[in-house]
Amino acid sequence: MIEAHHLTKIFRDKKRGEIFAANDITFRVQPGQIYGLLGANGAGKTTTLRVLATLLAPTRGTATVAGFDVACEAEKVRANVGFLAASTALYGRLTAREMITYFGRLNGMTDPAIRARLKQLSAELDMSEFLDRRCDKFSTGMKQKTSIARTLIHDPAVMIFDEPTLGLDVMTARAIVRFVRDCRGRGKTVIYSTHVMSEVEKLCDVIGIIHGGKLLAEGSLAELRQRFGETDMEEIFVKIVGEEGAS
Amino acid sequence: MNWHNIVTVYLKELKDSLRDRRTLLSTIIIPTLVMPLLTFGVGKVASTVINKAREETPSIAILGGEDSPAVVQQLRESKKFHVVPATANFKQLITDKQLRAAVQIPAGFEAGLKAGAAPAVTIYHYEGELKSQFGVGELERFLRELRDKTVADRLAERSLPTTLAKPFDFKRENVAPPEKVGGNLIGGIVPYLIIILCFSGAMYPAMDLTAGEKERGTMETLLCSPVARVDIVLGKFLMVLTGSLSAMGFMLLSMSTTAFFAGSMFGGGAVRAQAVANAPTSESLIPMIDPIGLIGVVAMVVPVAVMFAAVAFTIALFAKSYKEAQSYLAPLMIVVILPAVIGMLPGIDLNARLALVPLLNLSLVCKEMLSGVWHWNYIAIIFGSSCFYAAIALALAVQMFKREDVIFRT
Repeated sequence: MIEAHHLTKIFRDKKRGEIFAANDITFRVQPGQIYGLLGANGAGKTTTLRVLATLLAPTRGTATVAGFDVACEAEKVRANVGFLAASTALYGRLTAREMITYFGRLNGMTDPAIRARLKQLSAELDMSEFLDRRCDKFSTGMKQKTSIARTLIHDPAVMIFDEPTLGLDVMTARAIVRFVRDCRGRGKTVIYSTHVMSEVEKLCDVIGIIHGGKLLAEGSLAELRQRFGETDMEEIFVKIVGEEGAS
Repeated sequence: MNWHNIVTVYLKELKDSLRDRRTLLSTIIIPTLVMPLLTFGVGKVASTVINKAREETPSIAILGGEDSPAVVQQLRESKKFHVVPATANFKQLITDKQLRAAVQIPAGFEAGLKAGAAPAVTIYHYEGELKSQFGVGELERFLRELRDKTVADRLAERSLPTTLAKPFDFKRENVAPPEKVGGNLIGGIVPYLIIILCFSGAMYPAMDLTAGEKERGTMETLLCSPVARVDIVLGKFLMVLTGSLSAMGFMLLSMSTTAFFAGSMFGGGAVRAQAVANAPTSESLIPMIDPIGLIGVVAMVVPVAVMFAAVAFTIALFAKSYKEAQSYLAPLMIVVILPAVIGMLPGIDLNARLALVPLLNLSLVCKEMLSGVWHWNYIAIIFGSSCFYAAIALALAVQMFKREDVIFRT
């Protein structure tokens, strides 16, 4: 479970002063649920997710992930989170096996446990062919599979995806979307940020629309359609963000 | 602090770095090659040039001497010189290296000698030009012999013993063992090389493990793991320190091997030891070093290597990219070299104040230790202060790694 209460993150810039990258954000994600954080570039999605993954400390407000506080139990939070983003890359000079094993060890797993889990993940993700090849020689698809295996090696209860399909071709993006659905099927708590409307429509149980660091609207797709009188997600988004921009 | 996590991070970084060509170049290849290159390359070229210059018969011109035919005749007959006709532009010829030296025999030189006067002979030469100096050396030797002969003739004429002009003799007896002499000869250059290699050995792993990781996007991946920040810093820092110390280790190993092979190549161990104590020849380019002094140097370098590793790590961590880190760290090399160079200068001796100046203190104490001087009070101050500076640098590195604006500076 993820719970955020009035979560705020302020960056201080010499020229621009205080920047509210995340401003008073409150939401909850249940196990077996995918929460879609939908917003344009610079809306505050990445900052919010980085705070939840304890990469950044919140300025104000609180959040708990898998029952642990992000501010004072950061290591426990990270032990229960799998974080996959376009910005989380692989070590090019390591093989896929070495990369995944390394993260297994960092998560406190024993070598036999890592080997067993790796065998299982390799079969599920069809990785056996390139498991012992160096990551810098991988195609985008191979890289994504290795990253997925890296996030899943310790079988976390919470999965955080930050624009995981950014820059990927259709087939690789579809594989990612399928994998996110599988996570929900396994009862994991999933939060998924994107600016691609179709992904939100296909995947998310609850959608939060974020703009200028603020969570402007929240609800299921059906609820949002009803509330804003539109069927198309893009139209709903423009309506919400446009209203905010006008006010 | 969790040692299991620190070791896990360290071992991964070690494996990763051993696959990085730039790191291998700065921590293993260059330190291994620097001493053989200096000895067999620069050393061999220098000794060849000196020997070649020594073998040449210098061309000299005799100015004047028309009324001193005996002296002029002796100069012409000497096989040590090649006498060429004197011209008015002899100074230009010396400058143009067509003439090595010219000797001015004053008017009435021989008559003056007979009359008991002390006429002055002038030698023209080009200061700093190797072959001109060899020519001057031969001329001075000739004139010294002529003077001694004149003194002996005068004493014989008066039936006086030769000991009248030379009442006693003296000689030098070297008590310093060859390795101490070696320490004095290269005591300055060894710490200089160690300091440079230690820093460059730390520099590349530091850039790769911090700015390089940020640039490649693997830093965020690593930060997602449940390992405490301090454990990540220490694991990475140990790898940077390994780079720094291995650069020193490979250099010392290569230096020992070079000395062993160069000794036999330039004339064997016994010849080498003798050569050090005697006049400079090609063999003296490979002096012996006191092994105890070398162990002392290694012990003194360790805290400095820790400081280098922590400073390089902190600065590189601040950079957004490998290139930016390079632009910060490359100029720092000059800051590192400067105290090492000052330490090499003759006449600068270690004192309590200089013992607190980082790097300069190391350079000076290493020079002393390699030449067999052990000032334990200064050694303690230097070791203590180096540990203190290293601890501050390491604490700074940990603090920097905890700062969001540094880690996510893009």
